[in-house]
Amino acid sequence: MIDKLVQSMADAMAGIRDGSVVLIGGFGSIGQPNALIDGLIEYGAKDLTVVANNAGVGRVGLARLLELGRVRKIICTFPRSANSVVFEEIYRAGKIELEIVPQGTLSERMRAAGAGIPAFYTATAVGTKLAHGKEEREIAGRLYLLEHALPGDVALVEAWEADRWGNLTYLSSARNFNPIMAAAAKLTIVQAQHIVELGALDPEKVATPGIYVNRVLHVPYGEPTIT
Amino acid sequence: MSILTVCKPLSRVEMAARVARDIPEGWYVNLGIGAPLQIADHVPAEREVIFHSENGVLGMGPAPGKGEINRWLINAGKQYITLRTGGSYMHHADSFALIRGGHLDLCVLGAFQVAENGDIANWSTSENDTAPAVGGAMDLAAGARQLWVLMEHQTKSGESKLVRRCSYPLTALGAVKRVYTNLAVLDVTDGGFAVREMVPGLTLDALQQVTDAPLRV
Repeated sequence: MIDKLVQSMADAMAGIRDGSVVLIGGFGSIGQPNALIDGLIEYGAKDLTVVANNAGVGRVGLARLLELGRVRKIICTFPRSANSVVFEEIYRAGKIELEIVPQGTLSERMRAAGAGIPAFYTATAVGTKLAHGKEEREIAGRLYLLEHALPGDVALVEAWEADRWGNLTYLSSARNFNPIMAAAAKLTIVQAQHIVELGALDPEKVATPGIYVNRVLHVPYGEPTIT
Repeated sequence: MSILTVCKPLSRVEMAARVARDIPEGWYVNLGIGAPLQIADHVPAEREVIFHSENGVLGMGPAPGKGEINRWLINAGKQYITLRTGGSYMHHADSFALIRGGHLDLCVLGAFQVAENGDIANWSTSENDTAPAVGGAMDLAAGARQLWVLMEHQTKSGESKLVRRCSYPLTALGAVKRVYTNLAVLDVTDGGFAVREMVPGLTLDALQQVTDAPLRV
């Protein structure tokens, strides 16, 4: 019997290696797997490359992971927001490497990774400083940049409902990066608000089929707050 | 001589309302975070314009009333929103595919500078800033079928934001089609900025005096 449900955070995190590329879902705090981030902090993996839209706020969650010096490099679109104090501190101190990527390019690089596409051309960022070092090519009269797929070793995902096969649903805009990160990583770990019986999810509403999911932990934390 | 002695510049609210007037029914539109988001408030409900938010919302509605907040539903500016009837959700790659695939009729962004060749600079004010936030601006500027800019005509210190060449880091090359400022509406043409409309009392000469780029009618 397939059973991807794990009973403890330790089981959820087991085997994450130092040096891993970790994809972390969420747009700001919405759809962000905060419990799994805390689990990763507790687990202690270091020298990580983190891929996330933002670089953490306050001193908890992703910001705490950065503050503890576990992250060698962050790949994101929006490192600075209202309260990104930790990122500012460690970036200024030269303690973290930063790769800024346009949001659509970041999404597509992960989608490509999950779909077996090694690289693609896009018009985004042509002629800007984010084009430096990238192959530029004219196709049918327009300039494009070559962007490479961005696969993860691990994806941390937040879902609304999950079953033991790892089929997932999401709520509203909490879907965001989660389904594409689930597909782009070798080891996809999910925190789900609700665990339901196999067959209880409407197949029409499954946004991430279980083939992309390895482990599911039940984390009924309630409502998110905007941070 | 201050421009204020010859005319009354539009307020932020009036600027948003002015842009809203030009958005026809049926268009799919992305509004950049900040001032452009307010344009939606000035499109009458009976005119069906469908607003997109990069974080996977097509059919964004106004802010929720008290007690109606869906905690999982925010816009790209991380504010609570509603979904209007007919709206839908999608993941980030699909959300940006509709941007990058040229499916949006219009995007309206704010900007630090717009050049007479349509170049836009709106994400960073210094080459030396190595950690600026780009978000979805480059995807929107390069991907939408047309890009309009909503911005003040001058900076707070009185420098023209309509320039011959952008001095700030670029967001996209030659992307801007139209600019709405607190003083005028200008189209970006092969021959540079063409003034389509000015606030009452303003003359082309007076507008030129506060504009770095050459203007024509």
